[in-house]
Parts: sequence; C-alpha cells; structure tokens
Amino acid sequence: MKTKLFIYLSLFLSLIWLMSCSEGVKKDAKMYDVQELTKNQPEVHGTEVKEGEIAFSTPLNSEWVTGGKNIYDLKCLACHKLTDEKLVGPGWAGVTKRRTPTWIMNMITNVDMMLEKDEEAQKLLEQCLVRMPNQNISKEEARQVIEFMRKNDGEN
Amino acid sequence: MNLRMLKYLPILLGLFSFVIWTNSCKPKGIQTAVSGDAAVKAYVPPGKYDEFYNFVSGGFSGQMSVYGLPSGRLFRVIPVFSVDPEKGYGYSEETKPMLNTSHGFVPWDDLHHPALSVTDGIHDGRWAFGNANNTPRIARLDLKTFRTAEIIEIPNSGGNHSSPFVTENTEYIVAGTRFSVPMGDKQDVAISSYKENFRGTVSFISVDKNDGAMKIAFQILLPGVNFDLARAGKGKSHGWFFFSCYNSERANTLLEVNASQKDKDFIMAVNWKKAEEYLSQGKGMKKAVKYAHNTYSEQTHSATSKIETEVIVLDPKDCPDMVYFMPCPKSPHGCDTDPTGEYIVGSGKLAAMIPVFSFTKIQEAIAAKNFDGDYEGIPVLKYEAVLHGEVKKPGLGPLHTEFDDKGNAYTSFFVSSEIVKWRVSDLQVLDRVPTYYSIGHLCVPGGPTKKPWGKYVIAYNKITKDRYLPTGPELTQSAQLYSIDGEKMKLLLDFPTIGEPHYAEAIPAELISKNSLKVYKIEENKNPYVTMGEKNARVERKGNEVHIYMTSIRSHFVPDNIEGVKLGDAVYFHVTNLEQDWDVPHGFAVKGANNAELLIMPGETQTLLWKPDRIGVFPMYCTDFCSALHQEMQGYIRVSPAGANVPITFSTGKKVEAAAPPATK
Repeated sequence: MKTKLFIYLSLFLSLIWLMSCSEGVKKDAKMYDVQELTKNQPEVHGTEVKEGEIAFSTPLNSEWVTGGKNIYDLKCLACHKLTDEKLVGPGWAGVTKRRTPTWIMNMITNVDMMLEKDEEAQKLLEQCLVRMPNQNISKEEARQVIEFMRKNDGEN
Repeated sequence: MNLRMLKYLPILLGLFSFVIWTNSCKPKGIQTAVSGDAAVKAYVPPGKYDEFYNFVSGGFSGQMSVYGLPSGRLFRVIPVFSVDPEKGYGYSEETKPMLNTSHGFVPWDDLHHPALSVTDGIHDGRWAFGNANNTPRIARLDLKTFRTAEIIEIPNSGGNHSSPFVTENTEYIVAGTRFSVPMGDKQDVAISSYKENFRGTVSFISVDKNDGAMKIAFQILLPGVNFDLARAGKGKSHGWFFFSCYNSERANTLLEVNASQKDKDFIMAVNWKKAEEYLSQGKGMKKAVKYAHNTYSEQTHSATSKIETEVIVLDPKDCPDMVYFMPCPKSPHGCDTDPTGEYIVGSGKLAAMIPVFSFTKIQEAIAAKNFDGDYEGIPVLKYEAVLHGEVKKPGLGPLHTEFDDKGNAYTSFFVSSEIVKWRVSDLQVLDRVPTYYSIGHLCVPGGPTKKPWGKYVIAYNKITKDRYLPTGPELTQSAQLYSIDGEKMKLLLDFPTIGEPHYAEAIPAELISKNSLKVYKIEENKNPYVTMGEKNARVERKGNEVHIYMTSIRSHFVPDNIEGVKLGDAVYFHVTNLEQDWDVPHGFAVKGANNAELLIMPGETQTLLWKPDRIGVFPMYCTDFCSALHQEMQGYIRVSPAGANVPITFSTGKKVEAAAPPATK
C-alpha cells in the first residue's frame, strides 16, 4: 500500500514538474531536412527506370558494348565474374535471360530502392550478404553495361 | 502512511505541486543557472541537422574541429598542423609533404584562430584558414572536402599568433609576429640586445579568388612588439587592417611583469591599399629567406612541398602614411571591428573598461596630424582624438568582442568570468551572464563579418574545474552555448571540445552542406599510382623498392596474397578504393608498420610505406568496417631473406597451383 502510494505520488509530482517546464517552449521551425540537404551530390541514384523505357535492338551497338566493358572493368569486375560463378555478387552469365532490362537498370542505378522494394533483389542480398554498392553509374552508362551483358550472353 | 492520513493527501499533493511548480523553472545558483526550456533549445532530434557549423580551433592539438550548433555534437576533427594516424595524415606518402617546413618535417603545432572566407564581407562557405603559432604557418582548408588544402610557412617570424583574419573579399589574410626575433644577416646576437636587434613583422598573404592559392604578397617591418590579434576593416574601413600589440616595453624576460609596465600599449592601423601602392612603385625590398609552401591536389590526391626563397618587405621608414599606432590601455588582446566597419573595439587584458575607436575620427586625426609623438619612427595618434568612447565598468579583463545583427556587442571577460552585452552606439551595458570558467574568446555566428547571423553566443573557456566528471589531473576543454535571441542572454548547453578552443567561427549549415563532396570520381583520379580497376592490380619491383598497386572494394583487396618481398625492401602499398558510394572509406594496415594506417576515401588512392624488419608472413587488413564481411577483408604478404630467389607473385582468390619455391638456396 505504502509503496503504491509512493509511486502514485512520484508520478503525479513528475507530471507536474514536466508540465511546469514545458510551457512556452516552441519547436524551432527552421530545422533542416536531412534528405533535402543531401540531394546535391552528382550521385545518380534516385530515379526509377520504368518498364518499357529500355528497348533492345539487334545487332548490338558495338560502341556501347565497348563502353560497357570499360565500366565493367573499373566498377563491376571486383564483385561479378562473367561466368556463372558467384564472387561477391552473382556471376553475370545468363543475367539478361534471367532478368528484365528494367530490373537490371534499377539494380545498377537505383539499388537502395530495389533492396527496399524488390523481392528478387532482397533474395540476392540474403544470399550474398553484401549490399550492392552504388557505383555512381548514370542511366546512359548502365544502358551500355547491359549491352555488354548481352554480348556476354552470346548475342550479336 | 496510515488510512487516516489519506484524507490529507489531496491537500498535501496540492501543496507539493505548488512548491515544485514555483521552483522547478528558476535558476538555482551557478550550478544550474539554466532556464527551463534550455534543453529544448539546444536539442536537435535524431536524424535532424544542426543549424550551424562551428569551426573551433584545436589549440595545442594542432587541428581544427567541427561541431554542430545548437547541439554541440562533434562531427569531425580536421587534421591541419599535426599528424593524425587515424586518417593517415602525415603518415601516407601523399600527405607527408603537407607538414614540411624550412626546418624539415614538423609533426605538431598549435592552431589558434579559425577564419572563414568572405565575399563582400559575408560568409561564402568556401575556405577556412588557421594559424600555426609555434612554427609560423597558415593553412587553408577546403570546405568542400573538409581537408587541409594548402599550408604556407611565414618567414621573418618567431611565432604566428596575430593571424589569419580575412579582409572583406578574402583578398588577404595576415600573419603578425607574436615573438619578435633577430632578422636578416645578424641572427646570432645577445638576447639582451632585444631593443637593438629584434624586429616584428606583419605579413599580408594574398588569396586567389578562384582557387584560394596563397602567396606572401608583402611583409611590413616593425618594431619588436608582440602582435596579438587583428581584424580587417570592412565597409567604410575596407582597405585598413588593425592589429593589437603588447610589450611596447620591448622586454625580453619576465614579460609577465616587464611587459605590463606601461599604462597603454597600441592598436596598430595599417593602410594596406597604401601598401599595395608602395609595392607597385617598387618600394619593397627583396629579402632572401627560406619557407615551405605545401599544396594538396584533389586531382592527384597528393601533396607537393616547394621551398620558396624570397619575400618582399616594406619598411614604414620609406613608406609614410602606411602605419599608425593608437594608444590602447593595458596590454590589448581583442581588436574587433563592428559590422559597419566604423568602430574598433580594443580589449586590454588588465583593463577595467573597453575603449572603442572611431574609424572616421582616425581618418580626421591622420589628416590633421593629431599625433602624440612617435614610437620607433611610427606616428602615434592621440588617444582622445580617435576615441568614440569607453564602455565604463563592464567587468574585469576584457579579451575579445563579437557582434550580433542588432547593433550589440558581446565581450568576454577572463578575470571576472562573464560575457557582457553592450550597445555599440551609446556604449551602455545591457546584460551580463557568468561563464564557467575563465572565458577566452567567444563567437557569435557571423560575428566578425558585415552580416552577423546572431542567435547564439558561444563561450570558449580556459578552465572547466567542476563542470564535468573528473578524468584525472587533466579535465576536458569546453564551450558553452548561450541564446541571444531575447534581451537576456540564456545559458543553454555545456559541451566538451578537443584541444584548447581559442577562437571559433560559426556559419549557417546550408552555406557549406550544399557543396560538400561525397566521393572522388574514380574516372578523375590522377594519382600516378592509381589502380584503375582490379584488372590493373599488380606488384612491380624496382631495385629494392616493391610497388603494390592494390584495390579495395567491399570486401576484398586485390592482390591479397603477395610473395617475393625480401628483407631490406621498401614496400609501397598504393591502395585505390574503387567504391563510388558516399561514406564508404576503406582502411589499410599491415603488421609492424612503423607509421600508421591508411584511410582511403571512395575513388581515392593513398600510399603506405612499409619497411619489413624480419622475415615471415604478415597479415594486412581493412580497418574501417565496410560490410557484413569486413572481418574477412584481409590478406598476407610474405617476406623472404635478402638473398632469396622467391619470385614476385600476387593473387586474389586463386587456388595455389604449385608449392612455392624454397625460400633459400
């Protein structure tokens, strides 16, 4: 009984103490939004590539294949082999047969969104346990990478 | 408590609540002199940004620290004049030249005053400058990268305290000698010949308005007084620079007593536009000197150090109307121009009042030659003729003054441990608050500029005594944040600082955050030792140098197995971070290295020199947690005896095909 009373008493007093001090306190209206301030970077993730935006044509664009290979050597090769062997991420052999171009584009340029929304991407993260990094690849560059992937998958 | 007492409970509660209500919001003596809403005013919710960046001198740590205001949270310690093993600064081959001086590699200094660049007298968020007091230097920090971009040594100087302080468009920063020394050919002299042989200088260092490159434009040769602080004129006084000086007695021993003899020392006024005229007329003398000029390139990610050998010196003897002295009571420290540029506030460390000088009156006194004799050939203006007025009985030991956006000044008082707010126009004291304890400099955001941002004043204290949990004989350094929104200053927050916080500037966050660099583009990496992709990773021997071109990405090195290094080799690890993702640096460390780790930003290349001292196999690993498999980010390097015939081999992820050749014949 005594303990209970003491608890009630304490609660009541703390409440009063809190109320008595919070009066007149105004929140600072000019607080900066984290996201707004970090949108300055030349990092190119954020825009979702929509279904139908990417069109394939044959024969392959050989300039794009070369450009895509150069990007691969600098920014992708560290984790992806051109065979079906998994290194850090899955090997690229057959990727253009397994995935839609839209899926690949978003995975390259918009990986945060994919890991948040896309079930297939989430499955891959469970397997690989390393979030695919944003390698600062533009939409145009990513398109070239896909052309290189097509070449790797035997298209001409 | 029995039941009978229960009926009194409501009355008891009522009484209690009243007592608590009346007490809880009131100051309770100096330990809790904080108003009820202080915590909320200094609180920045998780995930929210602070309103201001606060660039704080690291004092004898040699670095500059960056805090958020109003939260007091520490964001970064930027290595400037001292080595920083955490960041590899001063240890990597790329950064070692930054700390080169005419004395060779100097791994430490004492950074006193940050100064932020301005355009038209208003913060522009481009650069921060800082001075090295011990081995005289000035550094320029790039606020895109929060890194030291350039360091220039100051010749003809025994100690650089009166520095850096910017002019209205960052045309110049200055360096005034705290310690006078013998100059020129006659260096080996008796210390007691101070008055005859010791001289001071102030240097004007020009800053390129496009890339910030610093250059010593000219020096002015001056009597051997000690220059303390300085401020540029602005607005109507643009083109002038004001320096406080003490030891006009020119004592060379027990300055504590001997430099406090005279009732008045000086504030020196320099007409630098006039100096520029004399310079173009060829009045300057070329002097042979030796000083280092170090620049860090964002393209090559490396520093170069160049030794310069000449400086141009102007002597007031040959250049009349360029320098004047104004008497200022009792060893002045602060020397601060108000936002309009009309008023110059002197703060005598031992004074009990604050003299405020008028720029208009200074010009009138100069025109009328209203002099009070001269000091070592330099005209001394009459005190009364240049005085706007004195702030009477403000406190004891005024040190430094900053200004808000409403025409008020805030002066720190070391001896009486307080901040005093007064009105510049009529010199009336408006308010005072205690500081804990012994405040040195203070800072109002934008306080030294034409456009103060106001809102807060921050006290940088010399002593903290009982304010924090004890940590042995040395206690934390500290700052205190006060709100200056209302008529009364209100203490909001104590926060610890690194090193000794001499001076600080605060700037609205958006002026800097919007330009902050996130990654170095790997395509633009011009480091001669870059590895452009894992395909180019390799190991090359050049005589007894072994160059390892290594890459790092989450979470492996290429190569991570290296053999063929021999005892006596100098091994250079050139590590390129292939990541292009913000906030993903990789670290690199190898067992037994006599220097430090590397911390490599995304897209950057940094080099660690390792001289193995024994044979064996040595692990190396990534020190900065990078992914779930960070712990696996490791490798081995084998060191064989000097005469061994183990060939250079390197790999990552390959199965060993054949047994390695025997280590020795």
